[in-house]
Amino acid sequence: MTAIYVRELKSYFLTPIGYIFCGVFLIVSGLAFAECTLLEQSVSSVGQYFVWMMVIFAVLLPLLTMKLFSEDRKSRTDQILLTSPVSVFGIVMGKYLAALTVFAVTLAVNSFNFVLLHVYGNPNTVSILMNVIGVFLLGAAFIAIGVFLSSLTENQLIAAVSAIGVNAAMLLISLVAGKVETTGLRTVLKWFSVIDRFTPFTNQMLDVSAIIYYVSLAAIFLFLTDRVIEKRRWA
Amino acid sequence: MIEITDVRKSFGDKHAVDGISFRVEEGEIMGFLGPNGAGKSTTLNIITGYLSADSGTVKIDGTDILADPLKAKKDIGFLPEIPPLYTEMTVMEYLSFVYDLKGCRLPRRQHLKEICEVVKIWDVSKRLIKNLSKGYRQRVGIAQALIGNPKVLIFDEPTIGLDPRQIIEIRNLIKMLGKEHTIILSTHILPEVQAVCDRIVVINKGRIVANEKTEDLINAVEGSRKLVAKIVGPEEEVLKALRGLGGMKSADVIGKRDTDSISYLLESQERVDIRKPLFFALAAKGWPLIGLEGVELSLEDVFIRLVGKGNEKTELKKSRKGGGNK
Repeated sequence: MTAIYVRELKSYFLTPIGYIFCGVFLIVSGLAFAECTLLEQSVSSVGQYFVWMMVIFAVLLPLLTMKLFSEDRKSRTDQILLTSPVSVFGIVMGKYLAALTVFAVTLAVNSFNFVLLHVYGNPNTVSILMNVIGVFLLGAAFIAIGVFLSSLTENQLIAAVSAIGVNAAMLLISLVAGKVETTGLRTVLKWFSVIDRFTPFTNQMLDVSAIIYYVSLAAIFLFLTDRVIEKRRWA
Repeated sequence: MIEITDVRKSFGDKHAVDGISFRVEEGEIMGFLGPNGAGKSTTLNIITGYLSADSGTVKIDGTDILADPLKAKKDIGFLPEIPPLYTEMTVMEYLSFVYDLKGCRLPRRQHLKEICEVVKIWDVSKRLIKNLSKGYRQRVGIAQALIGNPKVLIFDEPTIGLDPRQIIEIRNLIKMLGKEHTIILSTHILPEVQAVCDRIVVINKGRIVANEKTEDLINAVEGSRKLVAKIVGPEEEVLKALRGLGGMKSADVIGKRDTDSISYLLESQERVDIRKPLFFALAAKGWPLIGLEGVELSLEDVFIRLVGKGNEKTELKKSRKGGGNK
């Protein structure tokens, strides 16, 4: 697993993808940050900024995950992984953690923005910290979704576009759910809404059920990825 | 060392592998032969654990590949049909990754350097794989299989796409590796197995059609010895004289290309050399023997006999062509 993790991590920066992800992420989130806080004259809102972050994740994280399995399958490098003494789950976790690491480091660099807030204002540190934890968990779930979709296809573009679609749907679903009259259906839709689960973090609460929600969302998709790859050997 | 029993695999309703069983003993180089689409790669993919069989078992050094895949896979070095290379890495980075992936415990630098020297890629070890030629990529693929010094090496068409000089180099390399490893060499190039392998398993349409020592296989199919003789002389009388020779099984006219000479196909009885008596018999009658070709069956003929439902005509044509090359 470690070998795969290290290789994937290196590979991000042997190809342009890692640089493009980091660069675009920092530029776009920087713009959003400036718009939501520094340039806001009267009441600046960090909360608004974190909504932007979710949208940016939904679009950019598939860039990290699209190649993870599809490229291996296309170039037949999956043969060396699957014939080596490594479990399928080890392969999935190695790749997942590599993407998660690039994401986490970029998010950490991005968090330098909040230091600026402390220089020019008096922000609520706890609120910011909770929000950062929240978006990190959300990103971790999005990455797992991307990994799963990448395992379904040989085509990186299909993997990326479908991941963007699923991520966007999970963000928008809360808006739709709010307008649904039937209680049962609304409950189900709300379950999929990653935004509804985010509320505790906005309210400065470290809600265990919310954490479990995001972690299990990631776990489910990683498990499904493992099944997809295992099943292909039997097909 | 490798034992596979009644392995079956279907893709949809196509039976890619249909009940294959064989054993490869320690230190043996087994040639795995078959036309394109015979199920060679599928079988190898099952042996290495890349695919799972529908039924049947694969044991590597006594370990079942499904029961304990991690242990069984440690003993296998595999070069698939398309070398599984990460082209954005340098050769050394890639080999180092494989070293970690296989959980190798040998001294890293020394082990990798030794392998690079054996397959002659040390001088390109710092170059990106994507900039290497096909021949070098193939060698990096072989190098990858050698990491960790596995007991079993499996090569799926290792010489495909190489130039003749490289082919010979790779063959010699495999021969050398065969001294310390058990090898399965899959190919559809016949001289390759003839030159390298101790034993041959021929498969066609997912089934084994032959599993024998290389010489035995050739002998078994060849049976008696055939010659093509070009003789100047009256047809009827020559034929009569030929058929009267001791040890002659059959003699037939197969062509009259020149104005006066006639070609005869002579088949002797087993283990009889009729060339000398033939010469003296013809000399005594004053009929010049202006050509004599041995028709030794090459593996190609063996292969066609085993695999194709080839009728007499194509066999003869093939045999003559083979003989003409000698």
